[in-house]
Amino acid sequence: MNGDYILEMHHITKEFPGVRALDNVNFKVKRGEIHCLVGENGAGKSTLMKILSGVYRYGSYSGEIIYNGEVQNFQSIGDSEAAGIAIITQELALIPDLSIYENIYFGHEIMEGRVINWNQTIINAGEILKRVRLNVNPSLKVSDLRVGQQQLVEIAKVLSKNAKLIILDEPTASLNEDDSQNLLQLMRDLKKDGVTCIMISHRLKEVVEIADTVTVLRDGATICTMDAANGSLLERDIIRHMVGREIENIYPKRTHIIADETALEVKNWTVFDPVLERTILDDVNIHVKKGEIIGIAGLMGAGRTELALSLFGNSPKYKILSGEIYIEGKRKSFKNTKDAMKEGLAYVTEDRKRNGLILIQDIKFNTTIANLEALTHGIVINENEEVIQVNQYKDALNIKATSIAQLVMNLSGGNQQKVSLGKWLFTNPKILILDEPTRGIDVGAKYEIYSIMNQLVEKEGYSIIMISSELPEILGMSDRIYVMAEGMITGELTAGEATEHRIMAMATKTEEEVS
Amino acid sequence: MEKSSARNGGLLSEVASLARSRIRDYAMFIALAVIFIVFGIFTGGSFLSPRNLTNLINQTGYIAVLAVGMTLVLIISQIDLSVGYVAGFLGAVAAICMVKYNLPVIATIPIILIFGTIIGLVQGLTIGQLGVPAFVTTLAFQFIFRGLLSLVTQESGTIRIDVVPFNNLSNGYVPNIGNIAGMDLLSLLVGVVAVVLIVVSQVRKRKKMLEYRFEVISRPVFAFKLLFFAAAIITLAIVLAKYQGLPWTIVIVSIVVFIYNFMMNNTRLGRYIYGIGGNREAAELAGVNVKRILFFVFCSMGMLAALSGILFSSRLQSASTTAGAGFELDSIASCYIGGVSTSGGIGKVGNTIIGALVIMSLTNGMNLMGVGISYQYVIKGAIFILAVAFDVYTRSRK
Ligand SMILES: Nc1ncnc2c1ncn2[C@@H]1O[C@H](COP(=O)(O)OP(=O)(O)OP(=O)(O)O)[C@@H](O)[C@H]1O
Ligand SMILES: [Mg+2]
Repeated sequence: MNGDYILEMHHITKEFPGVRALDNVNFKVKRGEIHCLVGENGAGKSTLMKILSGVYRYGSYSGEIIYNGEVQNFQSIGDSEAAGIAIITQELALIPDLSIYENIYFGHEIMEGRVINWNQTIINAGEILKRVRLNVNPSLKVSDLRVGQQQLVEIAKVLSKNAKLIILDEPTASLNEDDSQNLLQLMRDLKKDGVTCIMISHRLKEVVEIADTVTVLRDGATICTMDAANGSLLERDIIRHMVGREIENIYPKRTHIIADETALEVKNWTVFDPVLERTILDDVNIHVKKGEIIGIAGLMGAGRTELALSLFGNSPKYKILSGEIYIEGKRKSFKNTKDAMKEGLAYVTEDRKRNGLILIQDIKFNTTIANLEALTHGIVINENEEVIQVNQYKDALNIKATSIAQLVMNLSGGNQQKVSLGKWLFTNPKILILDEPTRGIDVGAKYEIYSIMNQLVEKEGYSIIMISSELPEILGMSDRIYVMAEGMITGELTAGEATEHRIMAMATKTEEEVS
Repeated sequence: MEKSSARNGGLLSEVASLARSRIRDYAMFIALAVIFIVFGIFTGGSFLSPRNLTNLINQTGYIAVLAVGMTLVLIISQIDLSVGYVAGFLGAVAAICMVKYNLPVIATIPIILIFGTIIGLVQGLTIGQLGVPAFVTTLAFQFIFRGLLSLVTQESGTIRIDVVPFNNLSNGYVPNIGNIAGMDLLSLLVGVVAVVLIVVSQVRKRKKMLEYRFEVISRPVFAFKLLFFAAAIITLAIVLAKYQGLPWTIVIVSIVVFIYNFMMNNTRLGRYIYGIGGNREAAELAGVNVKRILFFVFCSMGMLAALSGILFSSRLQSASTTAGAGFELDSIASCYIGGVSTSGGIGKVGNTIIGALVIMSLTNGMNLMGVGISYQYVIKGAIFILAVAFDVYTRSRK
C-alpha cells in the first residue's frame, strides 16, 4: 500500500459543556479506500465526522484537518462540500414531496441562463440513478420509496455534487438485509471509481466484510487503526478493542420458564388505514405466554409496527375492522394508549426521534413521563424520588451522559435508544413490545439490553414481543417466531425450527401463496 | 467524567461561556435595563419616579395575566389571537353586571371568570374536536368577540364603572399598616420577605443540584445573581413604599404566577404540557391525553382573559368599544421576549412576566414621551419581529 492519504485529522479535541467528546484524536484515510469507523455508543464517531464535514465549524474544536494535502478550515457544510466531502447522516435530508430528480439537484440546479433546465436534470438524474443501481423512474416522489431506496437517492445526490470523500453515518441501521447488501455493493463500485468512503457502523459483520481499514474509537480517543483488507480482520478483534474486553456470547443465557398461561392474545385482527386507504393488517392471530419472548420478523413494510401501534391504544387512529384482544384470557378493548398501559402494555417505538423521545427535554423528564403516577403524592411530583430512580435506570442501562439533566438531543444515538428503553421499563410493564430495540446500539450495549430482556421474562408473569429486522437477533433471543408479510402472518416457527433461510422464505411470500 | 470546561478556565471564562450559551435567558433583563435607562434619560427622570413605576405595574397587570395563559398556549405549539377582544368583551359584561344589574363585585368576578373559561373551552373544542387549526379558530373568535363587544356597548357607548372595590383592583393599594421615614411599611416588609424566600429557595435548590451532581453555576456567579435579584426587589419595594404602597395588582399577579409556576414545575399537568410541546406524538404514545390537555390550556387561557378584562376595565374604570384591541400582540410578544420558544415546548411563566414588563415599559415610556399612538403601533410591530428573530437566531446557533 502506498502512503497516499486523502485525509489526515490531527489532534482533534472537541468539548461540549461538561464533556470532552474527542480528546486528541488522530484519524487518517487513504485515497480510494473504504474506511470503517467503529466504537461504543458515545465514543465520538459522529462528532468526529461532523467536524470533518463542517457541521461543527472551524474554531469550535482544536486540531487540524488536512484534506488533499491542504489544511482546511471549514466554516459550514457548504465549505466541505465545495472541497468534495459529503456526509450522509442518519436522519435523511430529502424532501419527501419532491421527485427524485428534484431532490438530487436540490440546491445546485442545472441552469440554462436564469431558468432551470429540467430536461437535462432528468437525463442526468437517470444516469446517476443507474450508477447507484436504483432502477426506478426519476420522477417518482421520494415518499413513495423504501428507506433503502431513499438512502440510494441520498448517495446519488452527493455523487451529483462530485463528492470524492463520502461519509456514511450508520447507513444500514434501518435497512433490511437485501438493501444493506445492495448498499455495500454500491460502495465497492464507488471504490472502483476512485471515491473514498468513511462508514460508521455497529454491524460488525458488514464492517469486516467491506472495510479496507478499521479505526476504533473509545471514550473520545483513537484506540487503533487496523488493516482489514480481504476479510483479514475478525469481528472478535474489533469487539475486543471497542469494549476493552472479550465478549464470549452475543446472546446471554437465560433460564426458560415459560408458563402455560397466555399473557396476551390477539384474534382476527384486521385493520384499515384511512389515510393510505387500504387494509394494513389482515386477520392477524398471535399470542404470547407468560415468560416468553416472541420475535416478529419480516421485511420493512410488512405491517409489524402498525400491528404494535394498533394494539397499543391505536394512537394513529386506524380503523379496526375486526378483532379481539385478550389479556390473561379476559377480553379487553383499549380506547387510548393509557388504557393499554393500564393493562401492563408498553411499546418502545421504532423511530426514537419521531415518536419515542422528547429531544428538547432531559433524560430525567423523558424517563419518567410515561409513569409520573409512581412519583406523585397528592398532586406534587416528588423530585427527590425521581432523581434517585432515574439515576438507577441510568446506571442499570449504562447511559453515557454528564448527568440525568443532560438534554436528550445532546446524547449519542445509542444512548438515546437506551433512554427510550428506560422510559418504558420505568412503567414496569408486564407485556413489553420492542420495535427494533437494538437499532444503532453497540455490541456491548446490545448484550446489556438482551440481559435486561432476559431478566424481565425470568421474573414471574412477564413477556416480551420483539419486532426486529435483524435475523440473528430474532434467532438468538426468541422462543417462538412469527413472520409477517403484507400485513399477514405468513408463518410461525419455534426456536428449534427457525433458520434464517426459512424465515426469509416466509417473509417474502406473496398473497396468493398464503391464501 | 470531565469537569466543566468553564470551571477549569476560571471565573472570567465561565462568565463568557454563560454569556454565550445563556444569552437567550439574560436578554430580557438586558432589554429591561436598557429601556429603563433610555426612558429615564429621555423623560428627564419622570419615567423612573415612584408614581410612574407604580403606574407601570398597574398597567402591566392585565397584560401579564394574559401572557401567563399565552405561555401555556405557545408551549403546546398553539396560538390564541382572540384574547384581546375576549378580555374587552368580558370587561364590558362585568361592567354591565355591576352597573346595570347592580350585581355585587363578589358575585360578578366569579361569573366573569367562569364565562371566560367556557369561552376557552368552546375554542379548545373547536380546535381539538373539529380539527380547525388554532390560528383560524382564534382569529374567527377575535372577530366574533369584537362584534359582541360593540354590540353590548352599542346603546350606552362607554360604560362608566363607579363601583369602588372593583376599581380598586387595578388602582388601589393594600391597606397601610404603618410608616417608617415616610415610607409604607407593608411594601418594605413584603419586599424583605420576598428576598428572604427567594434566597432560601435558590440556595436550597442549588444544594440539591450539587447533591444530584447536576451542573451548576459557580459560587461567585451564583452569589452575584442572587444579589442582583435581591437588589432589584428591594429597589422595587422602596419605590412602591415611597408612593402609595403595595398595589392590589401586584398581589393578584403574584398569586397567578405562583399557581402557574407551581403547576408547570411540580405537577404532572405541567410535565404533560411541556411534553406535548416538545413532541406531541411521543407524548401521546406515553399515555398523555393530548386533547384533554389542549382543552385545559384553552380553558385556562379563557379564564385568564376574563381576569385580564376585569383588571383592564377596573384600571380604566369603564368599558369601551375598543377595549382589548392589540392585547394579543402584547401578550404574545411578552412570551417570546420572556423566552418561550417559537417552536413550542420551552418557556417559563416567571420569565414571561419580565417579558410583559418589557413590553409595557415601552408603552408607558412612549406615552410619557408623547409618541403618537400610530407610531407606537409601528414601533411595537417592529420590536415584536426583532424579538422573534432574536429567539430563532439564538436557538439555531450551534
Ligand atoms: N451537542 C452536544 N452537547 C453535549 N454533549 C454532546 C453533544 N453532542 C454529543 N455530545 C456527547 O459527545 C459524546 C460523543 O457523541 P457522538 O454522537 O459522537 O457518539 P457516537 O460515537 O456517534 O455514538 P453512537 O454510536 O451512539 O451514535 C457523547 O458522550 C455525547 O453525549
Ligand atoms: Mg453516532
